[in-house]
Amino acid sequence: MQSLTNRNKPVDRAPMNFWERLYLPEIFKGMIITLRHLFKRKATIQYPEQKREFSRVWRGLHVLNRDEEGRERCTACGLCALACPAEAITMEAAERELGEENLYREEKYAAKYEINMLRCIFCGLCEEACPKDAVYLSETVAPADYARKKFIYTKEDLLIPNPVTEPEAYAKAKGLEPNENRLTGKR
Amino acid sequence: MINLSAVLLAFDWGFLLQKLILIIIIVSVSLVVAMYETYLERKVAAWMQDRIGPNRAGPFGILQPIADGGKLFFKEEIIPNTSNKTLFVLGPGLAMLAALMTCAVIPWSSHLQFGDTTVQLQIADVNIGILYIFGVVSLGVYGIMIGGWASNNKFSLMAALRGASQAISYELAMGISLIALLFITGSLSMRTIVEEQMKNGIWNVVYQPLGFLIFLVCAFAECNRTPFDLPEAESELNMGYHQEYSSMKLGFYLFAEYINMFISSAVMATLFFGGYDVPFLDESTLAPNVAAIIGLIAFMIKIGFFIFLFMWVRWTIPRFRYDQLMNLGWKKLLPLALVNMLVTAAVMLWLHK
Repeated sequence: MQSLTNRNKPVDRAPMNFWERLYLPEIFKGMIITLRHLFKRKATIQYPEQKREFSRVWRGLHVLNRDEEGRERCTACGLCALACPAEAITMEAAERELGEENLYREEKYAAKYEINMLRCIFCGLCEEACPKDAVYLSETVAPADYARKKFIYTKEDLLIPNPVTEPEAYAKAKGLEPNENRLTGKR
Repeated sequence: MINLSAVLLAFDWGFLLQKLILIIIIVSVSLVVAMYETYLERKVAAWMQDRIGPNRAGPFGILQPIADGGKLFFKEEIIPNTSNKTLFVLGPGLAMLAALMTCAVIPWSSHLQFGDTTVQLQIADVNIGILYIFGVVSLGVYGIMIGGWASNNKFSLMAALRGASQAISYELAMGISLIALLFITGSLSMRTIVEEQMKNGIWNVVYQPLGFLIFLVCAFAECNRTPFDLPEAESELNMGYHQEYSSMKLGFYLFAEYINMFISSAVMATLFFGGYDVPFLDESTLAPNVAAIIGLIAFMIKIGFFIFLFMWVRWTIPRFRYDQLMNLGWKKLLPLALVNMLVTAAVMLWLHK
């Protein structure tokens, strides 16, 4: 087989020579290696203070998007629930009433929208299925919790802050603030 | 009545008090050193594996050993129903006792001078210091053996047997490598050996490099440290002889190992590396108190190096198989030590002619 890296080394079954049988020189060799590791850069990331930078294509917690006027984009078409291989998404549709045009973008909206984060496999198919750009996956991970109930995220948990009424929270959620979710401190 | 009071008056109470204070200080220092060895072990292990190690409890994780110890104290104490309860409790106690007793004959430094009184920084300068250490170290096997047997668990028993046979096998080579050293020094007293090295200005390791190497390897085996930590082989014996132990009884076993490490480092530094001797420094020109403190610091640095060596080796090499262990002990180290002894004897005889 063609070697993919230049690191593989065929197994050497030749009998040990005198120096190898003496054992101690080989031990010293090993000890030099470990000693060198003593001064190497450490791989640890000090988690709560430092955070690992997420990849650009990282698929984290879901966010329900709003348009630039702060209206919910979701029309409860159910395509995301259909696309979901883990069946983690459920929703209930409702009709937009008169006077709710500033809340919902289309005539139909999701009255209830739930994602079970314990079922979700973060494949991102819901994001791809959505015709309205309403659901997308953010660069955060689902925080740990003690109760299973807490992992069923409701619409209130998922909705992005309104860009009109609360612009700061919106900017923060969008990750527009520099270095918010990024690795702080030196590496 | 008169006799009794005469005896009480004749007794040197100041001397007793002085020794008592010294004992308390030395024992607590060895306990603290053992505590921080556990911290250092975790740090060294982490560094060698490109990690950082404990750093959350206090600055740099300095309080980590206290947290560990506290955890062990608050754990549930389990004594198995089928165990021999007396021996089960006795086991860790014996291990701890044997570990702590060895520090009695180690000369930590020269002497302090308070006015007229001279305080030797050594609990007891017995003229058979090395023999005493050997005797007490052999007692340490009882801690392992009794603990393993009293657990009434086949894995513990097997581990204890392994530990005992290993300690006995390696004690032989260790003793013989020391005999060669004794040919040169001509004394069994630890203080005399150190003073001789100070006088000559040449450490014993120069005369006895092979003897030192054998002693070092045997010390690793005696302390049950990698690559000779077969009594604690998790993969084949679950946990080793302390499998049934919990809470601080387990802690005592682990602690005894670290104290043993500290003491054997001290013994190695004393016998082969000049003890509290500072190289290229004439201690006799200094005030006795200054010399004693400098000597103590030098001694601690030497001990620290050996402790680091113990850890360095532990995190570098895997453990031996049992037959390899026995082969090394009986077929390699023992003949080597014998040859070393005979050659030293011959050379010493020739030099004295």
